Amino acid sequence: MSAIQTINKKLVGFFCLALLAGPTSAWADYALNMTKGVTKISEEVYDLHMLVLIICTVVGIGVFGVIIYSLINHRKSKGAVAAQFHESTTVEVIWTTIPLVILILIAIPATGTLLKIEDSSDADVTIKVTGWQWKWQYDYLDENVSFFSSLSEASNKARQRDSGINVYDVKHYLLSVNEPIVVPVNKKVRILTTSNDVIHAWWVPALGLKRDAIPGYINESWFKAEKTGTYRGQCAELCGKDHGFMPIVVEVVDQDKYKQWVVAKQEQAIAEAAASGKAMSKSELMARGEKVYKGNCMACHQDKGQGLPPMFPALAGSKIATGPVKAHMDIVIHGKPGTAMQAFAQQLNDADLAAVITYERNSWGNSAGMVQPSDVKAAR
Amino acid sequence: MSTATATHDQHDHHPTGITRWLFTTNHKDIGTLYLWFSFIMLLTGGAMAMVIRAELLYPGMQVVDPNFFNMMTTMHGLIMVFGAIMPATVGLANWLIPMMIGAPDMALPRMNNWSFWILPFAALMLVAPMFMGGNFSSGQGPAFGWTFYQPLSGQYDKLAFFIFAVHLLGLSSIMGSINIIATILNMRAPGMTLMKMPLFVWTWLITAFLLIAVMPVLAGAVTMMLTDKYFGTSFFHAAGGGDPVLFQHVFWFFGHPEVYIMILPAFGIVSQIIPTFSRKPLFGYASMVYATAAIAFLSFIVWAHHMFTVGMPVAGELYFMYATVMIAVPTAVKVFNGTATMWKGSLTFETPMLWAVAFVFLFTIGGFTGLMLGVAPADFQYHDTYFVVAHFHYVLVTGALFAIIAAVYYWLPKWTGHMYDEKLAKIHFWVSAISVNVLFFPQHFLGLAGMPRRIPDYAVQFADWNFVSSIGGFVFGLSQILFLFIVIKTIRGGAKATDRVWDSADGLEWTVPSPAPYHTFETAPEIK
Repeated sequence: MSAIQTINKKLVGFFCLALLAGPTSAWADYALNMTKGVTKISEEVYDLHMLVLIICTVVGIGVFGVIIYSLINHRKSKGAVAAQFHESTTVEVIWTTIPLVILILIAIPATGTLLKIEDSSDADVTIKVTGWQWKWQYDYLDENVSFFSSLSEASNKARQRDSGINVYDVKHYLLSVNEPIVVPVNKKVRILTTSNDVIHAWWVPALGLKRDAIPGYINESWFKAEKTGTYRGQCAELCGKDHGFMPIVVEVVDQDKYKQWVVAKQEQAIAEAAASGKAMSKSELMARGEKVYKGNCMACHQDKGQGLPPMFPALAGSKIATGPVKAHMDIVIHGKPGTAMQAFAQQLNDADLAAVITYERNSWGNSAGMVQPSDVKAAR
Repeated sequence: MSTATATHDQHDHHPTGITRWLFTTNHKDIGTLYLWFSFIMLLTGGAMAMVIRAELLYPGMQVVDPNFFNMMTTMHGLIMVFGAIMPATVGLANWLIPMMIGAPDMALPRMNNWSFWILPFAALMLVAPMFMGGNFSSGQGPAFGWTFYQPLSGQYDKLAFFIFAVHLLGLSSIMGSINIIATILNMRAPGMTLMKMPLFVWTWLITAFLLIAVMPVLAGAVTMMLTDKYFGTSFFHAAGGGDPVLFQHVFWFFGHPEVYIMILPAFGIVSQIIPTFSRKPLFGYASMVYATAAIAFLSFIVWAHHMFTVGMPVAGELYFMYATVMIAVPTAVKVFNGTATMWKGSLTFETPMLWAVAFVFLFTIGGFTGLMLGVAPADFQYHDTYFVVAHFHYVLVTGALFAIIAAVYYWLPKWTGHMYDEKLAKIHFWVSAISVNVLFFPQHFLGLAGMPRRIPDYAVQFADWNFVSSIGGFVFGLSQILFLFIVIKTIRGGAKATDRVWDSADGLEWTVPSPAPYHTFETAPEIK
């Protein structure tokens, strides 16, 4: 138990702030306080938060107490006659010094915790996290595992305006993804954040970790989860229209399970790469394309390809989606600079790209032919 | 003597109708214009806040689309900061500073006219893109947050409107500030030394210097954005060798002093009101002046505490943490002084005093959370959550806005010659003071529980406090309509106000008749 923890425990007991120390079951939905989390850092941060909160509460009670005493007892209606005292150097010096001393008392533990937070050396696992509008890409640098993680389909459906779906029926509404990241318990995991477009921030409260993902920068941070379980977080930096819809799910598992997961992901990647070059039938392309469209395109271009003009153009009947296939492939693969239309070259493989372009050219009244993975490969 | 009377008569003539307001160079008219402008902006920005709270009333998307929601949060912030709070304090400065220092008018009356009349056009330019989508619900206003971080704001295709609006607002602020500094430094009545000036004048003098220092920085930031967007430069584009974090440094070098630009005049107002209704001089006048100057100085060296999560070197983080928590010292001095002024006073609670006392309590809560946010390791958890939203609304709504409302009630009898309806005003106060806490206090809990800011929809565990907060928001919003009604009622009539209005009000503005004549202190008063 650290020194701050001891002080906190005593203070909490003394001032009966049990209410703030953690929500009881009756308060489940009216959560009041910060999570303690599952890392040493998140616990230290929690203790620091409580220390400052308690100091503020005590000072507040003192100052407000004096004011309230005045408000009650020094009223004209109670016959109070105003004293005319003012200016006292002694008093001024005292009430300048006391806050200064309190601040130093806060700064000492805060400095210690900050130095620990910023020491990301000797990591066991390194994951590069790239923010995209509006999903996360995870690269396990040493394991050669890479995938995208975006809002789960159930949440995505329910969050559409007037979807008619009761969001309370959706499990982990807005905090579930199609593919969580998996990390081993009790291992130091280094997170390298960066971005492909605008600034995002990777935040999982239980891991005590929030770091901006900035294009052109690689930010280092780390966590070491001490309890297995599923921890959920969200993008914390406004990144455009669907900022509220790019959650983070981290599954902390034991070492063996983690190893199995890594092997499975590696095998899956090899199988996908092999399948990616093969020619596909139109129905295969359409089925796969619909899935890819929902995960990557629907947020802006909408479920019936109607878009949200003028910012996000319609695809149904559009010049691009019904015109020359080359232009269509070009805009999907390379994006359109200066707009929210991003380049999907790195996000999707040849088969996915061929499928989604085919889907866009043959849905919502469009009828403009098929694209094969080999065509995409040539157009890259 | 007879010539003096003749000139006096001539002076009281002014054009009537619209030209009076268009061409006026009178500080009182211009003050009135500023105050009405800011009131309209307050209601506009408030309406946007109502849309935000309506969407957040329940989980799920019911009222607006995500982009429209982002546009509401962005426009709400910009309008409240640049349209409501700042112009309101400038309006108060215009009305009060010449009367408080015994000057006949502002030093540069024609420029004064211009610095106001730029504002409506800037505001129009700012809101115009909202109406460019064909229909209102697909409006194309800025939707990148009031902090307009790059590169997100660079994706916005009507950026030029926003940039020129900011330039115009900055121009107006700089001209206003030059005017205030010139007036205070050159036009004080003989005998009015700097250390005899009312605190409102002092806080505005320091605020004006802050404005002149940081508005050009903001202008620089938006100009770099302009050339990045339209002329191929790469100040902030990583792909072109630029730096998106540079934008944040430049923005917050403006942005942090900006916070104090909004709050220092509020400190000044409260320092006028509390002594009046305590019937006791301000406890430490000199230390209040020094504390204001200290806060202003510190405001320039703490900007990066808004950016602890961008990945600064640890030495930088430590420095900005230490410097930031230091601000608690002069701020505490201010709160302690307010407390000591009330101590052993002879207190009465007319409406201005109620708002001022609420300011002391609630601003202090905002100060406490500010201290918590300054502690860098904890800020990693607080940053960009509703905890921050709660913090700055305590500082800017129950801080700056409450002080401005207090000022309006305090000086309204001087401006109109009528007393406001005390009963209605007290209802306005109590409804506002209770609902504002229902609105913002639960947002602390939401932030601590993990709800990020600027999201149009949320996970269901945040539903209960959001519902409470929204209800508080609707009541607080509606109660400001009552404020409008009270102000109009007071302008149209009411009990005749005496010259001094409040029995122990102190200062030159209380020596002139109520309502204050069109021209005051044509001959400098004598200062004892």
